[in-house]
Amino acid sequence: MIRLNINGQVRDVDVPADMPLLWVLRDELNMTGTKFGCGQALCGACTVHVDGVATRSCQLAASAAADAKITTIEGIQGKAAQAVQKAWADLDVVQCGYCQSGQIMAATALIAENPNPTDADIEAAMDGNVCRCATYVRIKAAVKQAATLART
Amino acid sequence: MKNLPQILRAAAADVVEAAPSRRSFLKGAAGAGGALVIGAVVPLGAMAARPTPALMGPPDPRPNVFVRVAPDSSVTVLVKHLDKGQGIMTGLTTIVAEELDADWAQMRGEFAPADSKLYANHAFGMQGTGGSTAIFNSWDELRMAGAAARAMLVEAAAAEWKVPAGEISVAKGVISHQKSGKSGPFGPFATAASKLPVPASVKLKDKAQYTLIGNETLHRLDHISKTDGSAIFAMDIRRPGQVTAVLARAPRFGATVKSVDDKAARAIPGVLEVLSLPIGVAVVAKNSWIAIKGREALKITWDDSQAEKRGTDQILADYRELAKKPGAVATAKGDTAAAIKGAAKVIEAEYSFPYLAHAPMEPLNAVVELTEDGGAEFWAGSQFQGVEQRVAAGILGTTPDKIKINTVWAGGSFGRRATPTADYMAETVIIAKALAAKGKKAPVHLVWTREDDIKGGRYRPLVLHKLRAGLDAKGNIVGWEQRIVTQSFMTGTVFEAFAIKNGVDSSATEGAADLAYKVANLSVDMHITKSPVTTLWWRSVGHTHTAYAKEAFIDELAAAAGKDAVAYRLGLLEEHPRLRGVLKLAAEKAGWGKPLAAGPAGSKRGRGVAVHESFSSYVAHVAEVTINADGKVKVDRVVVAVDCGIAVNPNVIKAQIEGGTGWGIGHALRDAITLTDGIVDQANFDTFEPLRYSDMPALEVHIVDSAERPTGVGEPGVPGAAPAVANAIAAAGGKRLYDLPFSKAGIV
Ligand code: FES
Ligand code: FES
Repeated sequence: MIRLNINGQVRDVDVPADMPLLWVLRDELNMTGTKFGCGQALCGACTVHVDGVATRSCQLAASAAADAKITTIEGIQGKAAQAVQKAWADLDVVQCGYCQSGQIMAATALIAENPNPTDADIEAAMDGNVCRCATYVRIKAAVKQAATLART
Repeated sequence: MKNLPQILRAAAADVVEAAPSRRSFLKGAAGAGGALVIGAVVPLGAMAARPTPALMGPPDPRPNVFVRVAPDSSVTVLVKHLDKGQGIMTGLTTIVAEELDADWAQMRGEFAPADSKLYANHAFGMQGTGGSTAIFNSWDELRMAGAAARAMLVEAAAAEWKVPAGEISVAKGVISHQKSGKSGPFGPFATAASKLPVPASVKLKDKAQYTLIGNETLHRLDHISKTDGSAIFAMDIRRPGQVTAVLARAPRFGATVKSVDDKAARAIPGVLEVLSLPIGVAVVAKNSWIAIKGREALKITWDDSQAEKRGTDQILADYRELAKKPGAVATAKGDTAAAIKGAAKVIEAEYSFPYLAHAPMEPLNAVVELTEDGGAEFWAGSQFQGVEQRVAAGILGTTPDKIKINTVWAGGSFGRRATPTADYMAETVIIAKALAAKGKKAPVHLVWTREDDIKGGRYRPLVLHKLRAGLDAKGNIVGWEQRIVTQSFMTGTVFEAFAIKNGVDSSATEGAADLAYKVANLSVDMHITKSPVTTLWWRSVGHTHTAYAKEAFIDELAAAAGKDAVAYRLGLLEEHPRLRGVLKLAAEKAGWGKPLAAGPAGSKRGRGVAVHESFSSYVAHVAEVTINADGKVKVDRVVVAVDCGIAVNPNVIKAQIEGGTGWGIGHALRDAITLTDGIVDQANFDTFEPLRYSDMPALEVHIVDSAERPTGVGEPGVPGAAPAVANAIAAAGGKRLYDLPFSKAGIV
């Protein structure tokens, strides 16, 4: 039994210790907002926050997350998250939407930590998040808008 | 020349029984809970015929529901096309909302159930999405459905208020009668309206009256649910008792299972069953991760006797050999050989294009539950419902009407989810059936991993183009000769007889055989090759390669003629005003002819152009690139002009052109599926590298103001993007790029 703290709730799961957090969330806890895209930390679709840090849940063993505070797309709150989600909606960033939970988790972690990111900061934070629909033009605009929004 | 939608339609007319009658009519009915429901049926072939808005004929006994006005005033549009990101749910809902004079905030969208008799794509004759047909297809029926619903609501309000219907106006979801001061929302009139006869005819708005169509401020219907994680994809379906399956498929195309040792797999706790099937070995487990672990533990011996064992280098070499001989004739105009012989200058070029995976962000997957009546219920990002119902019915020995499909949001497709064999959905039901036969019946979720997807075939085919043109002393083209060598994904499918005529597959020659540039002597032919490597339409189909060959080659001809690349093209497009229109607009907005700002020290910059028609939409790209001192190329900016007729939803159109342009550039830069001894070399996003944030150029999209019937935008943004970049690289002093991807030339 592994004890996890997800979105402020304690969840006990009976899974093998090496089962990735991604599959625990999706298949054991039915929290499907976090997506499976590659399983190899190559696309960012599975991004969650582990103690506030954007982390690829497909490569994080559930047991390794036991003492951490895990936040998923279903549970993000606060100024940065609200600003990011609002900017995303205002600019209609999404197309198929499948990558967007991960994009939003990555952008939120960036802005929470760095309220005034430069273009290079944004690129560094977002380059690991693939969008096959190529919504990058709007992602760029939305991150900037969200940063402004979160500062005011 | 037939295009893809026409091919599908011709083929499907054969397989779908009882196509709608040739009459055009609307249907109204009282829906559940007092809702007003309106459907429209326009005849098969309406796309070409442009039906008049007149509505007539007896109602179908079943309501063909497109619009539902509920007592709470919400208006739901039933969308028969799959929304895989292209925004069609938003686009089609916009059309209804316009004629209904609804407020955008009251509009909802819902995927229609699978039923080819009610929800056929008129371009295909069965239910399905593809070929950028959705907007074009639904334009008439949804405007009529919206207008009819509006008329019935007005009629109901007139009766209630005891005023003439003619004095009532509707705006932003409010019905009002000015003289009496009465007004109200739709909801209270929905039940009464549903009992009224459907109007025999409706008057549709003129473009000048539009307030929602063409309105840039409308948000996508999915803009919230896809930013808070609540949108449900097939991957997110969880049925009671659901099990997960992964399938071990042969590493070589065309191989089959010889023997399997599944002892280790079965020993893993949570592995529920291992099924050795003609399609591969399925591991069924209590969750995805255990299923994947179980598959890793399988020891399978494959029978490679029928498999492809060549590498892609060999396949390409074979194509080059074949290209020496004339192929089946697609176009023969004038005497091309003689014209080229007598030319002042002859230019030759050969272009090669690799296999490419679609790699939609959501890997392929579907959930299926076998039902008591011998049928099945699916949850899937279903794109070819008409085919999938038939295939699943065949597997289960039942009829297509027993196959229920719940279509859900799809995480991308780019063509991949629509196959002539219903592949991943067929696999799912085959596994569910085999599991049930073992006495372990359960809802089955088949999940493809990314590796399955990259290695799994159904690629954009590997293609070789060989071109030769003659110029006269003034640089005019006197003859153009083009040979195409590629596999056909129509071969062996129900579509073959319609797609392949006299050895020519029109889905491989589209954009080439119908060359827009004015050339008196034109010869286009092709060789269709065979390989067990499976191939499929890939976002913009034949245009993915024909546009590149054509636009890179014409650029070279313009240079050889010493002419400006835009002026040269314009001179050859006198009969194509819409291509001229986008070309001029893109050139103007990009500042064509004005010097580019200097790049970093030691760098060279250049601008390139491409213009192409696909799926009845017209697009021009102007790309700006920098070749840095180290020889590496950066795409800085792309300006795009698009003419897709009436711009139903400009925000969605721009998004599709942005995405299509990124798609075209991303794959041209560094993507290829290669085979060594028949085995795919790539596996995941480290080796099949997707376009990333840092690759994306700045983008500007300009839409031509048009009153023409709207056409699609999901694909037309793709074809011109890569050649515009290649031409910009050449303009900057870089090499002309004949072999894709560009990374082969060491410049990315
Ligand atoms: S699924 Fe984790 S990074 Fe792709
Ligand atoms: S929106 Fe489709 S992958 Fe990003």
